[in-house]
Amino acid sequence: MTDGHFRQISFTINDRERRLRVDIRKSLAEVLREDLGLIGLKQGCGVGECGACSVMVDDVLVDSCIYLALWADGKQIRTVEGEARDGKPSKVQQAYVDEGAVQCGFCTPGFIMATTSFVEKCKGKNVSPGDIRKAHAGNLCRCTGYQNIFTAIEKSIESD
Amino acid sequence: MAVGKSVNRVDAMAKVTGRAKYTEDFYHPDMLVAKYFRSSIAHGRVTAINTKKAENLDGVHAVFTYKDVPENKFPTAGHPLALTEDHKDAADRLLLTRDVRFMGDEIAIVVAQNELVANEALKLIEVSYDEYQPLILPEDILEENARQIHEGSSNIVGEHTYTFGNDVDQAFEKADHVVEGSFRTAMVQHCHIENHISHAYMDDLDKIVIVSSTQIPHIARRIVGEVLNIPLSRIRVIKPFVGGGFGNKQDVILEPMVAFLTLKLNGRAVQINLSREECIIGTRTRHPFYIDVKTGVMNDGTIVARHMDAISITGAYASHGHSVAAAGGSKQSSLYPRAATSFHARTLYANTPVAGAMRAYGSPQIIYALECATEDAARKIGMDSVEFRLKNVARQGDINLLSGKEILSCGLADCLIKGRDFIGWGEKKKEYEKFKTGPVRKGLGLACLSYASGTYPVCVEIAGARIALNQDGTVHVMVGATEIGQGSDTVVAQMVAQTLSFPYENVLVVQAQDTDVTPFDTGAYASRQAYVVSNAVFRAATDLREKILDHAAVMTDIDVAGLDIVDGNIVDTRKSAQVMDMKTLAIDSFYHKERGCQLTAEASFKATTNAPVFGCTFVDITVNIPLCKIKINRMISVHDSGVIINPVQSGGQIHGGAFMGIGAALSEELLIDPKTGYIYNNNLLDYKFPTFTDVPPIHHDFVETFEPTSAYGNKALGEPPVISPPPAIRNAVLDATGLCINSLPLSPHTLFTAFKDHGLIDEKGGDNV
Repeated sequence: MTDGHFRQISFTINDRERRLRVDIRKSLAEVLREDLGLIGLKQGCGVGECGACSVMVDDVLVDSCIYLALWADGKQIRTVEGEARDGKPSKVQQAYVDEGAVQCGFCTPGFIMATTSFVEKCKGKNVSPGDIRKAHAGNLCRCTGYQNIFTAIEKSIESD
Repeated sequence: MAVGKSVNRVDAMAKVTGRAKYTEDFYHPDMLVAKYFRSSIAHGRVTAINTKKAENLDGVHAVFTYKDVPENKFPTAGHPLALTEDHKDAADRLLLTRDVRFMGDEIAIVVAQNELVANEALKLIEVSYDEYQPLILPEDILEENARQIHEGSSNIVGEHTYTFGNDVDQAFEKADHVVEGSFRTAMVQHCHIENHISHAYMDDLDKIVIVSSTQIPHIARRIVGEVLNIPLSRIRVIKPFVGGGFGNKQDVILEPMVAFLTLKLNGRAVQINLSREECIIGTRTRHPFYIDVKTGVMNDGTIVARHMDAISITGAYASHGHSVAAAGGSKQSSLYPRAATSFHARTLYANTPVAGAMRAYGSPQIIYALECATEDAARKIGMDSVEFRLKNVARQGDINLLSGKEILSCGLADCLIKGRDFIGWGEKKKEYEKFKTGPVRKGLGLACLSYASGTYPVCVEIAGARIALNQDGTVHVMVGATEIGQGSDTVVAQMVAQTLSFPYENVLVVQAQDTDVTPFDTGAYASRQAYVVSNAVFRAATDLREKILDHAAVMTDIDVAGLDIVDGNIVDTRKSAQVMDMKTLAIDSFYHKERGCQLTAEASFKATTNAPVFGCTFVDITVNIPLCKIKINRMISVHDSGVIINPVQSGGQIHGGAFMGIGAALSEELLIDPKTGYIYNNNLLDYKFPTFTDVPPIHHDFVETFEPTSAYGNKALGEPPVISPPPAIRNAVLDATGLCINSLPLSPHTLFTAFKDHGLIDEKGGDNV
């Protein structure tokens, strides 16, 4: 690869500053997985259909497979790896465990980030079942029929 | 008591933290990437292929074509080795093919340093074909002069008939009414969120390690050996966490190729990670069926005769082939065991994507037709749909005449009553009488199901378990049963905890399969694992329990008959006092210089029983005629799967199955151009499986029976929930509109056609109601 394919960027990833030389053709998902070893996010389609690669960029939920790594320059990124602190899962993570919302687990990291983003946005607001469903409609799950995920989201809102 | 408790999954924390590793997460810095060159036509033969330009591209390591692969054809179905010819799978596949049998067939493969380069190289391959007319529809496939998609096959993969009960022809003659119907099911796809992915490398000069997202590590190992003609012991298959399978990974799809490539490339790691588009057209699908059903019924509501004729389309290669139609067909005898029944099925090749195993393996097709036909028969004699089922369905003590075995546990009648009560059948029926005309109509529907708990006596049923006491008083468990997301590791831990009387937290299941290490088991399919493994686990755990107590007796000089394990501690039952904790015992067994040893137990078990399971779905819907849309107002599935080991996780299986059934009922189908074999919707945007906003709340309940052939009373549950929702919804549409719409899915497109044909809406969609 020629040098023309690379550029220096910096961003905050799970509260840590990183400077990185990235291949400008790479998606954020690819850079996070391949260059930083953050393999929690998954790729189920590569074109923004399934949501398994969901991460937060400046508190906005994005499909990192269709978000160029370059665009993350100067931004704050949160991935599933940053959610458990001091050996304890986040409230959202705990709710997914307790409600049986996890089966194969491949969509789970994306869902955890979608719910985390949703819960933070809805703080102090009344949330309807329709709001919950709409906010998670970009994340596909083939195992659970979304039923226990729904209760995990409800519980995440209550416990927040 | 660990069995019956909704403990959390053993792997839940690893999965919510993103720490659970799947195949793609095992990164080798020098790993090469392989990409298939796929045919752009559905039926033909390659006349010339030029790969020179691709080979010369910077970053390309190799290009292989059909000229470079072994010539022995192999079967891909994930079945145990059959010792008799009649159960062997069709060996009709090569690693790469010159004969093109579906659009996307694998002609060549590029190996490159990364995916970008591999994709560029694919564009540089030049190929020319002799093209033949694609054969898509049964009438064209079976036409006398139709080209044989596989030479010598007559385009038929398999065919069989069976009858059970009284003379079927005589029973039809005696019947007060004979009701007939023709039904069609669509080609649907598994759409597990993790696509097929495998990589292989050599960790020695002659040993191949394959890491793969598979449901069948031990079977994959055997088939790879057969394809490459190398001894099984030189192949090691590792299965990390799997991102869903639903049957699509009960097939050996990528493993032989990655093994072939690493052999060719001096042991270098090579990975194939299919794109979603490739996964949808190039792995497996559910067989579309064309089914004719005839039901003979008496005025008193007794079904006396049934005949079913089914055509199943397996696509370009056999894969599981006729086994799917055979397995689906066989469930009639446990659902309606008292009706004289005859069954005939054929499975055909076609120039379409390959069909294989998919959740419930033929039953969603067969039971869809059966339960639609049953509804039609109930209506013919004017009997209540629930009463009609109650009169005819299996009861405990009935003989399944196909297997010749007594049905030892059956709670189907109670399932029907629970479902009827939940949905408010009587009141709703009355309320909805005034919603049978006009643009918005309402109706209720139901359907029953039966399924099995394994594949015996068609295939061997074998499971293994190994348990070792650790120095800290916990145990590690290894099973050959394959966790693919369904929760089998968790129920195994519960079973071990139950029999050892250990706290659930102290039972640790080794969460990866490795064919060099784990006990033999054929894998995750047929909803078999919890049932078959139960007896292996029970035997191993009982053995270890005895060894632990024997060692406690040696340590304490207390007679072993007076010792027990309670909540992981050794207890003197005569004094009702704790003698020591498990860690003390374990340390002594490991480190005392004169007595004890590492306490372990192992069992391998063959099941020679196969318990039928039962269930039903009730649904309450609104049909909007002008919009051609069905809305599910309420739905419940009630299952008899024996003792429920983990209620919350079991509920999750019902939710997931019912959701998949709703998708098959309302929106899911792969759309094929009947002229070219082109698939229009090979992606998750255009293939409509339900999103969060499309699924109603799915209710579920159980009727717990005790199945005596299982060690813990449990029966199958993983697949059955997908079976009954589509016929229940079809029957509810019939209740709401009076129309028998007999093809799936009941998408707006299907409904529009049906409503137009019956004059409910006009050509332009204006409603006449």
